Amino acid sequence: MSIRNRILAILALIALCVFYLVPRDVTVRERDPDTGVVADRTIKRVPLKLGLDLQGGMHLALELDQSKQVSADPKRDLDLALTVLRKRIDEFGVSEPVIQKVGDERLVVELPGIDDPARAKAIVQRSAFLEFRITDETNALEKAIPAMDRVLRGMGIRGAGPSPRPSAVEQLLGGDTASKPGADTAAGAPAGGARDTAARDTAARDTAAAASVGDEGGVLAGLLRPSGAAGGGAPGEYMVPETAYPRVDSLLSIPAVARQLPRGIALRWSAQPMSVGVESYRFLYALEDRPIITGSNLEDAQAQIDPLTNGPIVTFQLDRAGGRKFGEETGRHVGDYMAILLDGRVQGRPPVIQSRISRNGQITLAGRTLQEAQDLALTLKAGALPIPLQIVEERQVGPSLGSDAIRSGITSGIIGTIFVVLIMVLYYRTAGVLAIVALTLYLLFTLGGLSMLDATLTLPGLAGLVLSIGIAVDANVLIFERIREELAAGKTVRLAVDEGFKHAMSAIIDSNATTVLTALFLFQFGTGPVKGFAVTLILGTAASMLTAIFITRTLFLIWMDRKPTMATLSI
Amino acid sequence: MRLFANAKYDFLSQRKWAYAISLAFSGVGLAVLLFAGVNYSVEFTGGTLIQVETRQPANVGELRNALQARGITGAEIQTFGSDREIVVRARVAREGSDANDTQATASAVGEALDATLGPGTYQILRTEAVGPKVGGELRQQAVLAILMSFLAVLAYLAFRFEWRFGVAAIVATAHDIIAALAFIAFLRLEVSLFVVAGLLTIVGYSLNDTIVIFDRIRENLHRLKRESFESILNRSVNETLPRTFFTGTTALGSLLALSILGGDVVRPFALLMLFGVVVGTFSSIYIASPVLLMIERRWPGPDAKGHLGPKTAAAPAGGRKPQPVG
Repeated sequence: MSIRNRILAILALIALCVFYLVPRDVTVRERDPDTGVVADRTIKRVPLKLGLDLQGGMHLALELDQSKQVSADPKRDLDLALTVLRKRIDEFGVSEPVIQKVGDERLVVELPGIDDPARAKAIVQRSAFLEFRITDETNALEKAIPAMDRVLRGMGIRGAGPSPRPSAVEQLLGGDTASKPGADTAAGAPAGGARDTAARDTAARDTAAAASVGDEGGVLAGLLRPSGAAGGGAPGEYMVPETAYPRVDSLLSIPAVARQLPRGIALRWSAQPMSVGVESYRFLYALEDRPIITGSNLEDAQAQIDPLTNGPIVTFQLDRAGGRKFGEETGRHVGDYMAILLDGRVQGRPPVIQSRISRNGQITLAGRTLQEAQDLALTLKAGALPIPLQIVEERQVGPSLGSDAIRSGITSGIIGTIFVVLIMVLYYRTAGVLAIVALTLYLLFTLGGLSMLDATLTLPGLAGLVLSIGIAVDANVLIFERIREELAAGKTVRLAVDEGFKHAMSAIIDSNATTVLTALFLFQFGTGPVKGFAVTLILGTAASMLTAIFITRTLFLIWMDRKPTMATLSI
Repeated sequence: MRLFANAKYDFLSQRKWAYAISLAFSGVGLAVLLFAGVNYSVEFTGGTLIQVETRQPANVGELRNALQARGITGAEIQTFGSDREIVVRARVAREGSDANDTQATASAVGEALDATLGPGTYQILRTEAVGPKVGGELRQQAVLAILMSFLAVLAYLAFRFEWRFGVAAIVATAHDIIAALAFIAFLRLEVSLFVVAGLLTIVGYSLNDTIVIFDRIRENLHRLKRESFESILNRSVNETLPRTFFTGTTALGSLLALSILGGDVVRPFALLMLFGVVVGTFSSIYIASPVLLMIERRWPGPDAKGHLGPKTAAAPAGGRKPQPVG
């Protein structure tokens, strides 16, 4: 190849890399935090993809959580979850998210520049399974409580049992009969209809273990109270003091206890505690087993502020089929109470069905922010996850840490480069200067290559780049040393240069090939950041070979062309 | 200026010393490793790491108690850089929670931070939460990656050189890995994915260095038909010494810059690589070549034929002594 063609080839390469590194317009999809409006914005920036560890963001690995619900077809469910997540994150408005399946059982979600990780996680993880159920009107739970307590007693669980919350009943009663003083308060009213003197005595004897009310009356009887009796609640609604909620929940989930409930009835908790008087209660609902309709018939959902209560609500529209079914069911149940469940939790207190409802409905979210309502609308619209997902890996880097990392990476890169430049020029003189030109192009090619391959520059990758500045000169060093040897053996300048390049070649190729081989394995096994390191290493090795073998050679040719009579080489 | 221009060091004769130093260093290091255990990062063990920046220096004892109260025992709490940056590592899942569900532990750590520092008074800089399942997979894959890369390199070297060279290069590289593990043990470096990447980079660098020398040996074996094998080994190491030294220096230079200025996340990697460059250079000279000699003596190959055997080694034709020749 003539010198002219060589120069043209090099210029073309430089132009290509510069083209890939020049800042360009990139469309970024963002969501306004105040209005929730998603808008596309165009910004100018270098088209080099930065890893989450450099620009800040969140990486999640998710798997189907089959601890509560076993998937019939995990493969299909995972694919389904993938599409649902895509829709949700699209709505959420993250710029350049990555949502992909890794292997057969894992999804990876990468959200760059996330500033509210908890919210992002909630959006990814929320099942968003919406259903409507009629509350039980047969007092099934109330009737089953004595049987349940008998079972519990049989298992040795009494009121005073392993309860870690001795104050539970005290609080329950305190809220009810606040006027009564002292120990008498605890004994005042065990619970709906289950008052008995035995309980009164036990409680008076030992107020600390107030849950011992159940010694005779039964632990559940002491903790569960139908709210309908207390005032105005829906049928099938029961109040449990918030402090006793974990205990009741675990007691009710004992299989032998759960079996006491008649068929066709399911128990569900309210999503949030509610204050009644000064105390905080959790509501337990006995519901019809069969939902009258689920969120799969949902067509659209929006977050709004209810003009009456000033609280956030989510309004929704059902599709035609859903509307017809919903209309039929609500028409049959006029006067009944309908619970709205999201992911198995009852939202708000069930409203009474006033008349036939068809396609439009609303969910009231008491005590929550508009943002939460927006997130709920978003997840409802994107559809429900077939099976809940659990986060098996989470990495999150704040943007400040990322920019710190970039800054220190660049600083150490500059210092390292200065060092390399100094000793190259001091040691190899003019040839050293040529090597520096080659090194500059090496950096350009590596970064350009990253951009071309759409690869990601990560923190390890950045470190690898700095390290490679020190190692990239190796090929040049091999050549220069060889030329020196040839010169020392008494060869002419031109011959020594030719021989030097020729003989250094096999060492350069073999040594770089092994580097690439190990980097390939690194790429294969590594996760995101380390993959970035491997890519940088592979690209860097290729670029350093190219610059040494082709570009330094060309520079030498030009050099010798200009001084054809050169008797000694400045090397 | 030309360093080591006509060096004629007799490296081979010092191999016993080199072996001794290597054995001692690696032996003690591995003993420390076995005794004290590997300091794996949460990526490998599973667990949660949260790095926060606080307004006031945090009370570590208080934080530890708060973690314990929330069912997280044995968490490590360290300051990171300044005393207003702390890192909490909880390797054991919150009691009673599903270990593969990383969120229970993470939220417990968050609660503990809220309780001791006050909500909103700290900023989370970094979170890593890895379930034991993912961690176990990673551990397995890391070991597999190192072993597979060994095999691949061996195959490549057998193809480009011959198997004797390949085996010698692998022995030298394995030596470097063991020495690097010893180094990790001495400095109590945390073994993260990044550090494993460092180990594989050491493999690459050390092989690189070894191959440059082997390439010269191969060339000299063909060029200098009458010289003894030992002499050729010494000669080749000496001839490539300027390059070995120079490349080592530039690599060390950029690594020094990285380890001083590169930040806390990069530092373990940079330190390990600093050591790796030194040990890789050492092993290509003092381990790879002597091992090659040992192998060729026992199973002489086509390249080395004519350079071995009592006749050529003891008294080569032409009366040369088995010493490096300038």
